[in-house]
Amino acid sequence: MDFTFTEDQLLFQESVSDFLKNEVTPEKIRELWETDTGRSDELWAQLVELGLAGMTVPEEFGGLGMNELDFVLLAQEAGHAALPEPLVHIALVAVPTLTALNNEALSNEWLPKIAEGSAKVVVGLEQNVFVEDAHIADLLLLQNGDEIHALGKDQVELIYNESVDPSRKLYKVNWTPSADTCVASGAEGKAIIDAALNRGALAVAAQALGLAQRMIEISVQYTSERQQFGVAIGTFQAVKHHMANIAYKLEYAKTPVARAAYALVNNLSTVDLNVSHAKFAACEVSDLAAKNCVQVHGAMGYTWEVDLQIFMKKAWAFNNTWGDAAFHKNRVADFVLADNALLGAGNTFLS
Amino acid sequence: MDLAYTEEHKAFREEIRSWLADNVPSEPLKTFDTEEGFQQHREWEAKMYEGRWGMITWPEAMGGRGADLIQWLIFEEEYYGARAPLRVNQNGIFLLGPTLMEYGTEEQRQRFLTGMATGKDVWCQAWSEPNAGSDMAAIRAKAELTSDGKHYVLNGQKTWSTRAVWADWCFGMFRTDPESKRHHGLTFVLAPMDLEGITVRPIPQLDGLPGFAEIFFDNVKVPVDCRLGGEGEGWKVAMATAGFERGLMLRSPARFQETARRLVELYKENQQSADRDPSVRDAVLRAYLDAEAYTLTTYQTACRLIKGGKIGAEASTNKIFWSELDQQMHATAMSILGARAELWPHAPDAQGVGTWLDGFLFSQSGPIYAGTNEIQRNIIAERMLGMPRK
Repeated sequence: MDFTFTEDQLLFQESVSDFLKNEVTPEKIRELWETDTGRSDELWAQLVELGLAGMTVPEEFGGLGMNELDFVLLAQEAGHAALPEPLVHIALVAVPTLTALNNEALSNEWLPKIAEGSAKVVVGLEQNVFVEDAHIADLLLLQNGDEIHALGKDQVELIYNESVDPSRKLYKVNWTPSADTCVASGAEGKAIIDAALNRGALAVAAQALGLAQRMIEISVQYTSERQQFGVAIGTFQAVKHHMANIAYKLEYAKTPVARAAYALVNNLSTVDLNVSHAKFAACEVSDLAAKNCVQVHGAMGYTWEVDLQIFMKKAWAFNNTWGDAAFHKNRVADFVLADNALLGAGNTFLS
Repeated sequence: MDLAYTEEHKAFREEIRSWLADNVPSEPLKTFDTEEGFQQHREWEAKMYEGRWGMITWPEAMGGRGADLIQWLIFEEEYYGARAPLRVNQNGIFLLGPTLMEYGTEEQRQRFLTGMATGKDVWCQAWSEPNAGSDMAAIRAKAELTSDGKHYVLNGQKTWSTRAVWADWCFGMFRTDPESKRHHGLTFVLAPMDLEGITVRPIPQLDGLPGFAEIFFDNVKVPVDCRLGGEGEGWKVAMATAGFERGLMLRSPARFQETARRLVELYKENQQSADRDPSVRDAVLRAYLDAEAYTLTTYQTACRLIKGGKIGAEASTNKIFWSELDQQMHATAMSILGARAELWPHAPDAQGVGTWLDGFLFSQSGPIYAGTNEIQRNIIAERMLGMPRK
């Protein structure tokens, strides 16, 4: 029993955190809002340079061969920075899905390119309606019932749908399934789709933790400086308690996220339950962070100018993507309310 | 990260499980807020000590098993799973015991720990005063050193002292430096409750039973070797005790996991009527998830401590989380029980209400004792987040 991250995992988190602090500033994010794609080839090249794009690509295809547990803290940092690039999606969802297809031709063609940064792959599930970052994808893995289809960017039509979060780029993808594009079906296809959904939910959950943390930091700083009645408003208990409520709940969302990553890596029978717990708890706390932080900012919080919006809007978007609260609560209910459910003390770490 | 138990941990679980199966009384004991129940619980502690299960994290030389914190969590899981009696001496074994090991002299450890472990000496706290509740640094009760330097003379009033009515010893903070202010000049003192000059006035709690009391000290002479830590170091020693109280030891996750399990059962038995209010199902699922989250975070803290980490402000996050979870779970149970929720189990038509009302009443105290949740929120804001104090 060791519920801690390794020194290496923590060091990697620290170095990625430093990089993002310097390179992905709110000013940089706002600059990207004004560009056509909302994405930066230069920034992507830097992420590739750090080994991040290919982190979960198996070593034989030129990646680092790391797993969800190695990446989950980095996803948290990506959330903390509100990183616009689809790094977390690619490393935690798309690459593992592509690898799970176990399709030699696809793997040989795409995995090395992803690792070296010359191609991007995204996954589109029916649950999400929209496909994130489809406009910069070279390969799209799309769900059709129990089937997965692999399509090149020339085989799809994209219709842009504007999100409240200017950094999110969502597309309705029009495409035609065919025997030529189908790469998995039946039980195999369903298993890969289910896993992809769990990975997507974990990816969002981990980022939501970082968003909540960042919103706390921004608001602690603001309330320590902003004065009313002759004192910093952060001295008021009502303001402190808004912040404390986020902070204590965050401690109880972090461990479910870590456990969900562990469950995915170790193929635990409880993986659906564990991922849904993580997604529900993490999004709940980032949602609370948005609510309490906009409140302590007063009217400033309702402006375009204050950077809080960058993180708050992402948190709102995350609430209902990769499974909304209803979806995840119902998966929890499937476990908890089942006959002979293993509940109670001593049943937390089922293998 | 490795979230599997070792073979040693599994064997340990089997061992405590089988001991509990053989020894937990088949009939629940009377509540320890009655004199008879208090004695029953004291006997239970003695039985636990005989099996060396009283305080497994203590060193073997002191009757413990030198168990690590993971084993302690396993022990608690089995203990609550077996519905074994509540621990009448929790102030002693969970709070003062660890404090004694950290700050006590060798002589004090020898003298107090065994009696504590066997249940011979049941301990109560003497911290709060009528004007020092959340503001513990406002303590006014005095301890004056006699001119020969052999005794402290205690004067003052302590209150909200849980189980003081039948306890054998108390521990608390007294002001040794009359000129001192706030958390300076305080000293941590241990005192037998049968000393001349001590008067205990029971206070009935919400259930009508004298679960806590006021303690009056009127020129009570305590030998100077009953001081824990140095004179004037009381605040530092007390903070260690408070850390144990809010942190890992006092409210282990198993307790809440068992409540959550019983809540799920109650919901399933009454699902048709409960579902008339869809928020009940939501609250039941949330109870399960939050009890799991509390378990996960506690395991993580235990693993960090095993690796040499220290418990910090997260003790405050714990305290808020479990106390509000407990309140929410019991409130949900009351909703499910409907018209019978307000009945005591002995009411003639109270079938099926179980012990939920008792738990509901007790859950109201959680956000108050061991430092109110408002104080915990201040601690989180100021010490974890660095918000300005003034």
